[in-house]
Amino acid sequence: MPTTLTTDVQIKPGIGAGPGKPGPGGGDPFGFSPPGPKDWPPGWTQDDAAEPQKYRIGIWVGLASILMLFIALTSAYIVRRVPALGGGQEDWQPIDMPPVLWVNTGLLLVSSVSIELARRALKRNEYAFFQKWIALTTLFGIAFLVGQVMAWRQLVAQGIFINSHPHSSFFYLLTSLHGIHLLGGVFALSYVTVAAFRMRIGFKRRTAVDVTAIYWHFMDGLWIYLFGLLFFFR
Amino acid sequence: MADVVHPVHGEVHRHPAPTGFIRKYVFSTDHKVIGIQYWSLALFAVFIGMALSLLMRLQLGWPGQEWGFLKTLFPNAAPNGTVSGELYLSLLTMHGTIMVFFVLTTAPQGGFGNYFLPIQIGADDMAFPVLNMLSFWITFLALLVLLSAFFVNYFNPDDLNMVNVIGPIGGWTGYAPLSALGEKAGPGQGTGVILWITSIALFCVASLLGALNFITTMLNMRAKGMSLMRLPLTCWAWFTTAILALLSFPVLLAAGILLLLDHLAGTSFFIPGNEYVSGQLVKEHSGGSPILWQHLFWFFGHPEVYIAILPGMGLTSHLLATFSRKPVFGYRAMVYALFAIGLLGFFVWGHHMFISGMSPYSAIAFSLVTLTIGVPSAIKTFNWLGTLWGGQIRFTTPMLFAIGFVSLFVSGGITGLFLGQTSIDLPLHDTYFVVGHFHLIMGVAAIFGMFAGTYFWFPKMFGKMMNEGMGKLHFFITFIGVNAIFVPMHIMGMAGATRRYSFHFNPITGEGLHYLSNMTPLTRFVSYAAFITIAGQLIFLVNLVWSWAKGRKATDNPWEATSLEWIIPSPPPHDNFAGIQPVVYRGPYEFSVPGAPEDYSMQTEPGAAEVHGD
Repeated sequence: MPTTLTTDVQIKPGIGAGPGKPGPGGGDPFGFSPPGPKDWPPGWTQDDAAEPQKYRIGIWVGLASILMLFIALTSAYIVRRVPALGGGQEDWQPIDMPPVLWVNTGLLLVSSVSIELARRALKRNEYAFFQKWIALTTLFGIAFLVGQVMAWRQLVAQGIFINSHPHSSFFYLLTSLHGIHLLGGVFALSYVTVAAFRMRIGFKRRTAVDVTAIYWHFMDGLWIYLFGLLFFFR
Repeated sequence: MADVVHPVHGEVHRHPAPTGFIRKYVFSTDHKVIGIQYWSLALFAVFIGMALSLLMRLQLGWPGQEWGFLKTLFPNAAPNGTVSGELYLSLLTMHGTIMVFFVLTTAPQGGFGNYFLPIQIGADDMAFPVLNMLSFWITFLALLVLLSAFFVNYFNPDDLNMVNVIGPIGGWTGYAPLSALGEKAGPGQGTGVILWITSIALFCVASLLGALNFITTMLNMRAKGMSLMRLPLTCWAWFTTAILALLSFPVLLAAGILLLLDHLAGTSFFIPGNEYVSGQLVKEHSGGSPILWQHLFWFFGHPEVYIAILPGMGLTSHLLATFSRKPVFGYRAMVYALFAIGLLGFFVWGHHMFISGMSPYSAIAFSLVTLTIGVPSAIKTFNWLGTLWGGQIRFTTPMLFAIGFVSLFVSGGITGLFLGQTSIDLPLHDTYFVVGHFHLIMGVAAIFGMFAGTYFWFPKMFGKMMNEGMGKLHFFITFIGVNAIFVPMHIMGMAGATRRYSFHFNPITGEGLHYLSNMTPLTRFVSYAAFITIAGQLIFLVNLVWSWAKGRKATDNPWEATSLEWIIPSPPPHDNFAGIQPVVYRGPYEFSVPGAPEDYSMQTEPGAAEVHGD
């Protein structure tokens, strides 16, 4: 900051917290930035706006660490897979994809659309739509997890276990780590859904919806990535 | 000063002061209580780690000697009172793991960072208090799991030749495949390694929660007027450290999960085929890559070094300015240098693996980036000297430790330039040169940061001044002591003393490495120096207890410092600023401002033009 007299400078409580500032995504084409002052309920100030803002910052920071976890595992996968790095030897026997994974992938993609519909419905104050779509998203999420368990059971029935060969090790490991993270998302969705049916989602709880949506989209994208890595780079 | 505040809007505090003992002191969500919990955990851990190093120094100085108390201490692992090679390795592993994770990572960040980051930025707590509490208790659980590794190996009366240990024997780096093969790779490598890696995985989770909290708090909870360039350098250091932790701990977590699976699920991520270990051919595994473990481990391991030392750098800058009564020389350069060190730290992990088998081209790349870290490090060092230059230096105990930090940072860092070059690293790798190097810079310099922090902030944390006389005595014993311990290690390393050996040369039996026979006096000198230094730490312990019980009562601002923690009572009230929100008008290091009534201007003092050190 240049040398200025600073007695009357208004400092924003955090990045992106100021009115009209872009969110962490930059430019904010998807409306994930916090509501500006014109949307604030009566009596709100910057300090009240900073409170929900911390959850938005927190989720992006948390996603960065989840991303690093999967980047590390990806590098392990590449080392085991690529002959030039000493991998891809005769013990590398890729498993056949359990067909149910296509259904699961579809389910997760649809759930991303439905949570987006829910979030936008809430933004437009169409509460009934919001309730319907958020509940559906939760169901899609649970269905995905059930589908993943089905995929595991199909492989187990074929006699493919985590220690069968490196590709199956990575399959079980990556799907279960993704599943655990997605389960966290399902818990968040259930919380929002219960809140949606028991009471109106107030101004503060909208943050919970936004944050859940950000997390859910990330889990969706992560799955698409893992799916591609596991079955189109085997 | 303290009256420049305005009423807080809305609810005064998000969680009211708890009344019950459990919620107030045990499962507290108050960042100050959690900070003290972290700090106490580190204090407990550091004495355990130090006791282990004492045993190692006994063995190194007098190899094969029988020590009566060892029989009592480890009736199973040392039944005849001598330290076996395996026991030595387990002492070393537990020492390294306890010190790196539960002391160097815990106290500077979890302890002081937790306590003072929210106060220095003018917040009433961390952004996510419950997460903060979880983060501490997971760390606590991780320590318990690690300490339980002391007890897993039981003496087998049927096999008197069985070697017993008090934990895994693979060093704190736990290199695969020996860390992945279980008990057949040595005593302690079965259950011991499983407990060890579980503890580390838990620690990773706790650190991630902590890092998330630090970053969000600093970005979102700063008081009105606390712009980024008005933050004390301690806050910048904690912030950078949190980013490093956020991006590096997940990688260790991933490696830990893979290692656990190799142990428990029979996978082969790190175990190659046809390993021949302890007279057995390992047939169950094939195709794994031991080097992969090293890559993942050191991708975490190198940033970890900076996680340990950056908070000390921030505090040193803070203290040098405060006690020289001068602004920090080159504030912005200091911030950018912190970030540069943090960023470069992610691209140098290969320098730990020069002899592990690596393309010479990658080695040169890693070497060049490693040497580049010398640039921001030099910026910091010269700016510290610039801060001291011409100041009215007050040689208080925290100041002495801060100056000691600079000294150790230079003498420990300079050898990094030797080790960072492939050709010099090849002969020096895995010798005592490396041991001396990393103990000076990562171990002792970071510990000096913690001592400085303790002496500096004790008045704020507990409301009592620490005894200066004992503090200075502690400083001189420790400063001379650590140099006497670790500088000779460089010489031994150049003479070819290999690290992790339970002894080099036994002058009584004539066993061992004969080319090191003339090193025996130096080895014993190091051991004596270690005993004296360890004894010196008891002064610190006595000082803590004595000051806490009988110390002189501390005023709000005993050091005449400028940052926000000094405008509030010592110790601070539950919500830090007692329901009022501070407004910040100045940078953090406005000492000796011309025309100001005092030689320090609090950050909350309005009305002046902003003057920075830059």
